[in-house]
Amino acid sequence: MTEKIPIHWRLIPQRYNLIGTECRTCGEKFFPPRDWCPKCRRKGIIHEFKFSGKGEVYSYSVVHVPPAGFEFLKPYVLGIIKLREGPLVTAQVVDCKPDDVKIGKKVSLVFRKIIADGDAGIIRYGYKFKLV
Amino acid sequence: MTKVAIIGVGMTKFGEYWEKSYRGLIQEAGVKAIRDAGVSGKDINAIYGGSMTPGLFVEQEHTSALMADYTGLSGIPATRVEAACASGGLALREAYLSIKSSEYDVVVAGGVEKMTDASTYSAIVALSGAGDQEWESFHGATFPALYALMARRHMLEYGTTEEQMAQVAVKNHHNGFLNPNAQFHSKITVKDVMNSGSVATPLKLLDCSPITDGAAAIVLASEKKAKEFTDKPVWIIGSGQASDTLALHDRKSLSRTDAAILAGKRAYEEAKVKPSDIDIAEVHDCFTIAEILAIEALGFCKIGEGGKLTEKGETALKGRIPVNTSGGLKAKGHPVGATGIAQAVEVALQLRGEADKRQVKNAKIGLTHNVGGSGATCAVHIFKND
Repeated sequence: MTEKIPIHWRLIPQRYNLIGTECRTCGEKFFPPRDWCPKCRRKGIIHEFKFSGKGEVYSYSVVHVPPAGFEFLKPYVLGIIKLREGPLVTAQVVDCKPDDVKIGKKVSLVFRKIIADGDAGIIRYGYKFKLV
Repeated sequence: MTKVAIIGVGMTKFGEYWEKSYRGLIQEAGVKAIRDAGVSGKDINAIYGGSMTPGLFVEQEHTSALMADYTGLSGIPATRVEAACASGGLALREAYLSIKSSEYDVVVAGGVEKMTDASTYSAIVALSGAGDQEWESFHGATFPALYALMARRHMLEYGTTEEQMAQVAVKNHHNGFLNPNAQFHSKITVKDVMNSGSVATPLKLLDCSPITDGAAAIVLASEKKAKEFTDKPVWIIGSGQASDTLALHDRKSLSRTDAAILAGKRAYEEAKVKPSDIDIAEVHDCFTIAEILAIEALGFCKIGEGGKLTEKGETALKGRIPVNTSGGLKAKGHPVGATGIAQAVEVALQLRGEADKRQVKNAKIGLTHNVGGSGATCAVHIFKND
C-alpha cells in the first residue's frame, strides 16, 4: 500500500487533539470540523473548539474482516462515540476485551498508532478511545 | 411533459467471471436490452451509465465513452453517473429526466461493475470510498462495520433480533434460487446464517451481499416512441432522489435512513400512489439490516417494525408485499454500479408477467430503492404496467 502523506499531514491538528469547530450563532459544535454551519449557513460564525475527549459508546461493532493495513489489529472494536459536548465521532475502542464494550459505557480519548505502511513507510497516528 | 416507459431490458447473469472483461459485460447487457426493445442504433439518442469505481477495480476510467464504443454507438452523448452503490439508480433517473424534459426520445440507462479482479482486501478499500474516507475509513470502518453500527442501534431501540435479520437472507436466497440470473442458487436456513463466520458483529457472512461481476441495461422511451416499439410498456410513474450526510456519525438517527424516506416521499407524490398500493419492491439489501431499514423507510410498516414484518413472512414471495423477488443484492449479487438498473430489470419483468417461477400474480405497481454508501444517497422509482 502506498500512503499519501499530504492527506494525513494537513489533518494532524484534528487527529492529534480532537480539535473541531463551533458555530457561535447557534451554539452547535462540530467534530469533524466544519467551516460552514449547515443550519445558520452564511449567518454562522465559526471558531475553533477543542473537545474534552470524554464521551460514551453510542454504537459499536467488532470487526473481524479488516481492510488492507488493519490486519494486525483484528479483531478490533469500531465505535461511534457520543462526545460530552454533543457530536458523534467514529473511532476505535481499545485497551479492553471486545466483549467489554457496551452501548452507554463511558470512554476517554487516547492517542494511538492507526496503521503503519510496512516497516519503512509512514505511520498514521490518531485518536482512539478507551473505557474508563 | 411526456410519459416515460421501459421498452427493453437486459442483464448478464451475475457472478464471478474471470473470463469476462468490464467492457464485455457492458456489451452483453447493452445488446440484450437493445434487442429486447427492438430498437436499432440510429434510434438511440444517449446513454447514461452507472459505475462506482472501475478505476480501483479494473484501472479503467472514462467508461462513458467505452460504453458507447463497445455497443457500437460512438457519436451519441454518453455520460457516466457515480453515487457509489446508487450509481445505477441515479443513471436511471438521469435517463428518465432527459426524456421527461423532451431533450431525448430513446435513451439507454446501464450499470456495470467488475469487482472480482481486485483482491478481497483491495475490494474492501475500494468500497470504503463510499463512506467518509477522512473520518470513517481512516479509522478502519469497513462497509459491513458501518451497517453493523446501524444494526446495533436498531436492535437497542426497537428490539430487532439477529434471527429476524437472518430471515431476510433466508427469504432472498429462496427467491434467488428461482432466478436464473442470480449469483447464488443455494437455499439457506436461519441456522446457517447464525452459524456463519462473523464479519463485523452483529453481522455475519450470510448477512452480507457478495462481491460480484455483472451489468444490466434498460431502454427508456417517450410515450410516442414507446407505442411505436412495444405493446408491453412499463411506465415510470415516479422518481425521487435525496441525499444525507456522507458519514454515518453526522446523521440525525442511526436507526433510520432519512434519504430513503425523502426519496420515497418524492417518488410516491409524483406517482400519486401510497405504500399500500405497491405490489412488489426491489430494495437495497446490501446487508440484511439494510432491507429492514428500507421497508420501514418506504412505509411498508412503521419505523422499527421491519424485523417483525419479515418474521411474519409478509415480505416473502407469497406475502402481502413481496420484497426482492429477484433474490435481492444478497442472493442475486451486487455488482455495485449495476444494482440500481438490475432492480429495474426485475420490476419490469414482473410487471410484464415474465418473471417465470418467481412471478407475483397480478403485479401492477412496482418499486425500486437503491442506496449509495451507508445511506447518503437514495433513489426510489415507481413503475406501472398498462
